[in-house]
Amino acid sequence: MDFGSINPVLLVASVMVSATPILLAAIGETVVERSGVLNLGVEGMMITGAVVGFAVAVNTGDPASGFAAAALASAVLSLTFGVLTQIFLSNQVATGLGLTLVGLGLSSLIGKPYEGMKSPTLPKLDLGPLSDLPVVGRMLFSHDIMVYLALGIVALVWMFLKFTRAGLILRAAGENHDAAHALGYHVVRVRLMAIFFGGACAGLGGAYLSLVRVPQWTEGMTAGAGWIALAIVVFASWRPWRVLVGAYLFGGVTVLQLNLQAAGADVPVALLSASPYLVTILVLVIISARGAHAAPGSLGRPFHASQ
Amino acid sequence: MGHHLLSLRGLTKAYPGVVANDDVSFDVAEGEIHALLGENGAGKSTLVKAIYGLVTPDAGEMEFAGRRFAPAEPSDARRAGVAMVFQHFSLFNALSVAENVALGMETPPRTRDLARRIRDVSEEYGLPLDPYRTVGTLSAGERQRVEIVRCLLQEPRLLIMDEPTSVLTPQEVEILFATLRQLREEGRSILYISHKLDEIRALCDTATILRLGRRVATCTPAERSSRELAEMMVGASFATPEPRGAAPGEIALEVAGLSLPAPGAFGTPLREVGFDLRKGEVLGIGGVAGNGQDELLAALSGERPAPRGTIWLSGRDISRLGPMARRDSGLLSGPEERLGHAAAPEMSLTENAVLTAARRERLVRGGFIDWDAAERFARRIVDRFDVRTPGTDTAARALSGGNLQKYVIGREILQRPEVLVVNQPTWGVDAAAAAAIRQALLDLAAKGTAILVISQDLDELMQISDRFAALNEGRLSPARPVAELTLERIGLMMGGAHDMEVAHAEA
Repeated sequence: MDFGSINPVLLVASVMVSATPILLAAIGETVVERSGVLNLGVEGMMITGAVVGFAVAVNTGDPASGFAAAALASAVLSLTFGVLTQIFLSNQVATGLGLTLVGLGLSSLIGKPYEGMKSPTLPKLDLGPLSDLPVVGRMLFSHDIMVYLALGIVALVWMFLKFTRAGLILRAAGENHDAAHALGYHVVRVRLMAIFFGGACAGLGGAYLSLVRVPQWTEGMTAGAGWIALAIVVFASWRPWRVLVGAYLFGGVTVLQLNLQAAGADVPVALLSASPYLVTILVLVIISARGAHAAPGSLGRPFHASQ
Repeated sequence: MGHHLLSLRGLTKAYPGVVANDDVSFDVAEGEIHALLGENGAGKSTLVKAIYGLVTPDAGEMEFAGRRFAPAEPSDARRAGVAMVFQHFSLFNALSVAENVALGMETPPRTRDLARRIRDVSEEYGLPLDPYRTVGTLSAGERQRVEIVRCLLQEPRLLIMDEPTSVLTPQEVEILFATLRQLREEGRSILYISHKLDEIRALCDTATILRLGRRVATCTPAERSSRELAEMMVGASFATPEPRGAAPGEIALEVAGLSLPAPGAFGTPLREVGFDLRKGEVLGIGGVAGNGQDELLAALSGERPAPRGTIWLSGRDISRLGPMARRDSGLLSGPEERLGHAAAPEMSLTENAVLTAARRERLVRGGFIDWDAAERFARRIVDRFDVRTPGTDTAARALSGGNLQKYVIGREILQRPEVLVVNQPTWGVDAAAAAAIRQALLDLAAKGTAILVISQDLDELMQISDRFAALNEGRLSPARPVAELTLERIGLMMGGAHDMEVAHAEA
């Protein structure tokens, strides 16, 4: 066993990269669930984003257009979920699972011609003197723009929910949709917008997988990242900063256990592979054990403006 | 009293199968408290929703302050100067008082300024509130204050209040009335919805009475007796339950030192609850909602097992027994929530009869349901308690609240319980059905059954109980004979006005 082969600088740097897809998907789903909608289709939206982003980036040669197309495609896909659940009042759990299945099937159909191809990837951002800092520069300030965009989205979501009136209305719709309706707010409209945003974020996360993290297209390449994002939202008790902690923790342990495997650690491989899931759930449970942070009151309940 | 502030002319609103408002016309003058009186389903709520812009009427016109008034949305109504306090609070438990208030305003100021204004207004009207508290931690009376303060901050000319006192202690009702009278002095109008006649006679200047969607009369309530008003409301005279003077027998149910932790985040723990219940006696348990009523019922019915040695039925410790075993030994119960707790909404009346009566009425033979016997039993309940239903194979959900309530209470009564525990037996039930249910409970007691009635309706408890006790934050006061009680003492037993005074006197 050779722990010396693990370079801490590279480790931290790769944690940020490996956590970004999950972070993007999870922060989007946080907004969706705070508005009172349970969208279990994150996995399907992510993989749709992955394939559309890859295809567009390969054809245009521009990764930025790939990300934009991925966000749009997943957001449109999520709107089908929105229309079905919010307007036709279909069951959210069943429709969300259906969305995942549709996304997986659709992506393998679209992705068939692109298997084995290489895509243009995002350049590392040059942050000038920051990137040149010793150690810290390599760890934190030499990533591509999406890593920082993901962090920025977390901060924006936090500010939106905490300080803006629109954020207050969104939380109100998630907390008690009947009361929000009685006060004259448009619950369905608010929720459709939240679902759209959640879809766009999941699409960005998926595209990050296929364009930066891997970077190529393989069928089923999200491999459960969407489900992890869903779990992180719950265990983070629907709070943006805790979502960040959860996603980075998961990414961190994933990278660490891969390094340990490579270093030939004397631990069963199965246990190492399971460790990211165990550690993330354990830590977030401990965080949220203090104080009662219940789910949004109307989460997953159908809303119909009767009478 | 000056001009008309609000005029309704020929307002009509129909839903599929039911006309909620049929050609309703009346006027609310400036600076008056106008009562809207009627039974459940008389169309009061639909009418005020039309005024508040939540419902668009099919026909008819409204005029507000001399102008045509047809709000398409609540925000239109709010801009015109109409504010509304809802019956089921339109509050958000997980948000703070200030956030809740901000949600009800068109253009809220910054949080800090808003907090100061909330303090100012709440003190001016004697309704103290902390703007930063989370609403989920407030008592029912305090939550209502949040609603009222939210309305007052908009300087409304017309304040609509939908059944505001149903969750308040008598002291809190007094505070509310003082506030409303102060608002009237300031020239504001109040549209006050209630079916509590004494309140309306004490508070309101004018009353409009609705029955089955139509306006039947407008009168001055102080000049009418409660009985007259009730008969206008119901459209017929109805029997009030007859009091009875049977001497209670031996102890049927004994509860001592019953403590249970709260079942969930917003539940209430039971603290050292103790009482005796004798055969042929009705013990009434009052208290403001959320002080342990549901938890007490769950502990007595066996849904949550209690610590050993705390619940005794005719001298036998049943604390650890489940609901089935308690039913077998004669303790039956009827919870508050009709749909989903007392009855399974999608199942037929016959199936619902089997759910609680399977063993006592022998509706199951060798593991198979005897559907003929079940049908007969369900039919007996329907006949005996005048349940209006097309048949016993109708789904429970399809019945109106009052009819289903008669059915679920009747189902327990016909199983000849030794002890019957009911929570809110007449909640949301019209006056005639409520009277029938109360009479049935009294008849059952006269045959020797011990009855525990948990209710938030004090008039009901005074009418049918022999003794009265109050739940306050999970503690049960000692039971006192009803004959010795005054309204003020009852209020103190219920905990007085929450946070309004230090004096908790004797309880």
